[in-house]
Amino acid sequence: MNKIAKLFITFISAITLTLVTVSTSSAKVEGEYIVLGAAVSLTGKYSSNGVHTQNGYNMAVERINSKGGVNVGGKSYKFEIIYYDDESNPKRAAQLAERLIKQDGVHYMLGPYSSGLTKAIAPVTEKYKIPMVEANGASRSLFTKGYKYLFAVLSPANQYLEVAIDLAVEKNGGKPVRIAQAFEQDAFSQDVRLGILDAAKRTGSEIIIDDKLPKELNDMAATLAKVKATKPDVLVVSGHTKGALTAIRQISEMKVDVPMLAMTHCDAAKLSKQHGKNSEYALCASQWHKNLSYKDKFFGGGKKYDKDFKKEFGYAPPYQSAESSAALLVFKDAFERANSFDRDKVRDALKTTDMQTFYGNIKFGPGGQNVAKPMILFQVRCKGDTCENKVVAPTKWASDKFYHPIPKWSERG
Amino acid sequence: MDFLIFKAPILMVQASLDGILLGILFALIAYGMALQWGVMNIINIAQGDLVILGGYIAYTMYLVGIHPAWGVIVSPIIMYFVGWALYKLVINKVVDRDLFISILATFGIAIVMQQLMNFIFGADVVVAQSEYGTTMLFDNSVTLPNSKIFAAFISVLYAIGLVIYMKKSRLGRAIRATAQNARAAKILGVDTEKVYAATFGINAALCGVAGALISITLTLHPYVGLPYTVRSFMIVIVAGLGNLPAVAVSGMGLGLFEEFADYILGTEFRIGAVFMLLVFILVYRRFKLSKKREYLK
Repeated sequence: MNKIAKLFITFISAITLTLVTVSTSSAKVEGEYIVLGAAVSLTGKYSSNGVHTQNGYNMAVERINSKGGVNVGGKSYKFEIIYYDDESNPKRAAQLAERLIKQDGVHYMLGPYSSGLTKAIAPVTEKYKIPMVEANGASRSLFTKGYKYLFAVLSPANQYLEVAIDLAVEKNGGKPVRIAQAFEQDAFSQDVRLGILDAAKRTGSEIIIDDKLPKELNDMAATLAKVKATKPDVLVVSGHTKGALTAIRQISEMKVDVPMLAMTHCDAAKLSKQHGKNSEYALCASQWHKNLSYKDKFFGGGKKYDKDFKKEFGYAPPYQSAESSAALLVFKDAFERANSFDRDKVRDALKTTDMQTFYGNIKFGPGGQNVAKPMILFQVRCKGDTCENKVVAPTKWASDKFYHPIPKWSERG
Repeated sequence: MDFLIFKAPILMVQASLDGILLGILFALIAYGMALQWGVMNIINIAQGDLVILGGYIAYTMYLVGIHPAWGVIVSPIIMYFVGWALYKLVINKVVDRDLFISILATFGIAIVMQQLMNFIFGADVVVAQSEYGTTMLFDNSVTLPNSKIFAAFISVLYAIGLVIYMKKSRLGRAIRATAQNARAAKILGVDTEKVYAATFGINAALCGVAGALISITLTLHPYVGLPYTVRSFMIVIVAGLGNLPAVAVSGMGLGLFEEFADYILGTEFRIGAVFMLLVFILVYRRFKLSKKREYLK
């Protein structure tokens, strides 16, 4: 190929590229569609929760569109989401966020799954001043960086198990308790740990074991042997699904007796299904439960959401799906109040959000975290061989009484 | 630093038993790696992923209602053919090449396996239940899950079986001959191609056994293979190639060291301590070697 031909091709491709960029940069609202962008993990290690997230988003999009859509300036618009698969990889997630914003011209973003990926995307959306409503990044550090365009519908990680310590103190007659804790060394679990440290300080409780579990570790025998030897009042474990499953397996095998066991990720780990009776009495932090009595006009209440979701996707919605659906409700509300598609006006409207959804009340604090919704605790209870999660705290939502202390292994059938 | 273990000496018994039982299981994986390394000069990065795949085979059996312990028989049979197929597809093209090429190739296999397992079995952490109960010693102050004892017992059984097989059988002798000198073995009529395929298969089968045992003692996830690769690599580095007793001792030593590091330094240093140990051993070995070299001069 001669030089002139090469030059010609370069020229043509440059023009095409420019045209493509120009034509897509107005994609924020196309005809009657409001286009949102989302990078979620459809493959890789977060793929199951990534799919829960996507299903939650899709469910809400469909519901809002079929119930009148979003009214802005007297005209009804529909939501549409452009998805990319971030392969559970933070670098890829950040690249895709750039791509959504620069190439696809998206002006409003939905969050990915997990704190780590949200952390990767937030600087990008912040740089381009793109409002992002996220539903699956709970790490406290997301809300202390002064991000102005980040809004999270879920409670921050440090609140996950604080309630559990309060409950333990209450059960101990208001006296301080002795806490043993084991947390994985990742951003989320360490934030949960900070919450426990705060609660311990507040109640004057003592932390007698404070283990940090390496990410690669799937054996907690040493920690549990220490627990057996020191007999704390409450054992707290947080290490995603692996931590929850390992803890229950080894607690039951090593016959570790503790009066109270508090954990995270029980429902994601399908504890009651995978470990059955051995997981009974475990106390778990959750963002949402179908029995809560919050309501909105799109999904009705939690139970209705549970039913509709099951019908649509064939499985019961984990809280990851519920909170993802709630993110869309927040966007709809903000667009209508802003009555405009101007990014900054939408952002300001988001900032003043104060609403109830089936998932819980939503109101954003200065850092973008949801300050209106408490975490709930449920306890695994079994009847025969079927185990269920029963809400036990806070008292306002409790459907069952909190069982305390956990019976000793020698007394358990 | 925490000295709880010295205040409550019974914890030492617990730590030692936990360490040894786990170490035996690691030693089995490491032995497969040593075998392959010795015979084919291939460091298999996909070792841990073969283990996890073996675990998923046992888990699948558990899902359809068969007791997962049968996995220690079914899983190695399937895994032997997986290993054999991997050899025919990929490894035979890199076996004579530079070590770096084979590391890259097995690294590639590891990634493909992880993604495939994620695709087939999902990204959830899973466990299989053996319902074996617990052995309690010293008035319940030391507890040993029977599943771990079972795992150690099966590991020992397979290791002994393999040693006898290597000594007595025709293929075993061919494998050992190839390990000593592949060219000479070839000249004397050993079909080295077949030996390589069998070695890769045997290694995969050992991984299958270990995986089935891990499914009932620990947890399974498509992406947790690497720690098993790293641990077996370390055991082999310490023990040397083709020396089963050394691999066993080094495996148990590593298990013990890990448990005690956990108690004394804290859980967060458990894996870090193991890596420190590796560095020390490598430095020590170099030091010894350089001394020898001076002597030879």
